[in-house]
Amino acid sequence: MTAKLTIVVVEPDRDRAIGIVDALRDAGDYDVHVIGSTSGLARKVAAHAPDVVLIDIDNPTRDMLEELTLASGPLDRPVAMFVSGPAGDLSQAAIEAGLSAYVVDGLRPERLKPVMDTAIARFRMMRRMRTELAETRRALEERKVIDRAKGMLMKARGIGEDEAYALLRKTAMDQGRRVAEVAEALMTASGLLR
Amino acid sequence: MKTVTLSVAYVPLVDAAPLIIAQEMGFAEAEGITLDLIAAPSWSSVRDMLAFGRVDAAHLLSPVPVAMALGLGGVTVPLSAVSVLSVNGDVIGVSSALADRLRETGYGFDFADPVAAARALAGVAGKRMVFGVPFPFSMHVELLRYWFESTDLSGRTIEIRTVPPPLMAQALAEGDIDAFCVGEPWGSVAVDQGAGALLLPGKAIWSFAPEKVLAVRTDWAETEPHLLGRLMRAIWNAGRWLARPESRTATAELLARPEWLDVAPELIDRSLTGHFTVTAQGEMRDVDGFLEFHDGAATFPWRSQAKWIARRLALANGLPADSVTRAGAVFRSDLYRQHMSGTDADLPGASEKLEGSIRVPMAVSSEKGHLSLLPDAFFDGRIFDPSASD
Repeated sequence: MTAKLTIVVVEPDRDRAIGIVDALRDAGDYDVHVIGSTSGLARKVAAHAPDVVLIDIDNPTRDMLEELTLASGPLDRPVAMFVSGPAGDLSQAAIEAGLSAYVVDGLRPERLKPVMDTAIARFRMMRRMRTELAETRRALEERKVIDRAKGMLMKARGIGEDEAYALLRKTAMDQGRRVAEVAEALMTASGLLR
Repeated sequence: MKTVTLSVAYVPLVDAAPLIIAQEMGFAEAEGITLDLIAAPSWSSVRDMLAFGRVDAAHLLSPVPVAMALGLGGVTVPLSAVSVLSVNGDVIGVSSALADRLRETGYGFDFADPVAAARALAGVAGKRMVFGVPFPFSMHVELLRYWFESTDLSGRTIEIRTVPPPLMAQALAEGDIDAFCVGEPWGSVAVDQGAGALLLPGKAIWSFAPEKVLAVRTDWAETEPHLLGRLMRAIWNAGRWLARPESRTATAELLARPEWLDVAPELIDRSLTGHFTVTAQGEMRDVDGFLEFHDGAATFPWRSQAKWIARRLALANGLPADSVTRAGAVFRSDLYRQHMSGTDADLPGASEKLEGSIRVPMAVSSEKGHLSLLPDAFFDGRIFDPSASD
């Protein structure tokens, strides 16, 4: 019988970390550890002697893990970002999903694949949620600016709300810009003139 | 005109300027390309985005493609360094605690003499010191090791630890590290935050050190020669523009913007002009040629530079000497010649030089006959012969 795979997840956000751990535990019998704080990161990771290390590609502390790829220290088993052979496609999929993985050299692909498939799916989902959140936030902010610009036009020109919005929209269409951009420009200009 | 979009990964640093300027000042457009510049949070992320095809080209630490060719660091996709983006530009600094002790001994923070700086530091440092650097494969590490081994710091217990540059000042303030070697603006940020003081510019150790390179996948260079040529020429023109003193103010203002470096233009100005504030007390020091983008054939990828890096990496990691020649070939002086001939760039007659042998600006044979190389000496006077086999 082969020993359980040990997986270390580096993720400072607690909710995200729990999500990843749950997904991995559902996928198989793994020994999963989470490291949240980053001081002495490489040392902390090495202490678990992991087979696989998972970290968000956008995590700026990721470079600290590169030290693990130099074969030395308590781990004494080189950890590589897997690239060649059947893992090549996996690498590409992982990077597109926003995940980077470090894997102990010599780990058999058939043991690695289910871990990576699960992690990739999870990271893809988190990335999508993040993008959606950013878009929602932006839409909200744009609405706020448009509302303020409308209010300003209504007061300055003594027109109704619908008319103010129509004016913004017409200006945007004439200039080939978005309504939010025109509203933003109006706010900036009025700020300067005040 | 319809342009082709090329994606390029970079780390937000002053020495990413040639890429940013190429896009912002129209040099890319003049070549019929648009640069989609993707800021990366770490060097490993830049390397992986390039290696796995997420981007076409990258701003990369010069030792990274060399290390990859030596099989170090896990990722082994063949990369080509087609030009040097910047020469020099690092600073070495210490924590405020060490700076105070140095001051008590009468050290003058000359920001110039590596031997005196090492002697002073060895006199006040504790049993062991931790130096922060941005990445395990970097000019920062190579300069530090070279400095340690030829000065009073040799034989000391010094640990070199990776710390992301934006976190360097904080790591220093919290005592995680005692000293650092980092690219600007992060050294100046540490001084401004009162976390530390600057000891030396990188060029005090090696006066013409290739710092960042423009890297592409070797197979991409072969399948897209026309795009590569346009990219290289756009960036070369940006470097020439950057080298003009009258461009400095505009450069600092532009790089300072939130979408690029998002730091005060005054901090960026220091590395462009070479006028540094080295201590929290506001002491000023000047460095000539602190950061080169163009002069002295700065962008030419000398194979001897790659071989020097390969030799140092091979020694540090116990690799055989014959790997050095192979790894030296990742600096593609051949592609540089191919794509830059017929432009304003003057090409040197040779592709290797005796690194460290130039003490004063020296005219050399070149295609157009008006090329002068800048001093490339090491502080200890050693000379590296790329063809010597040992």
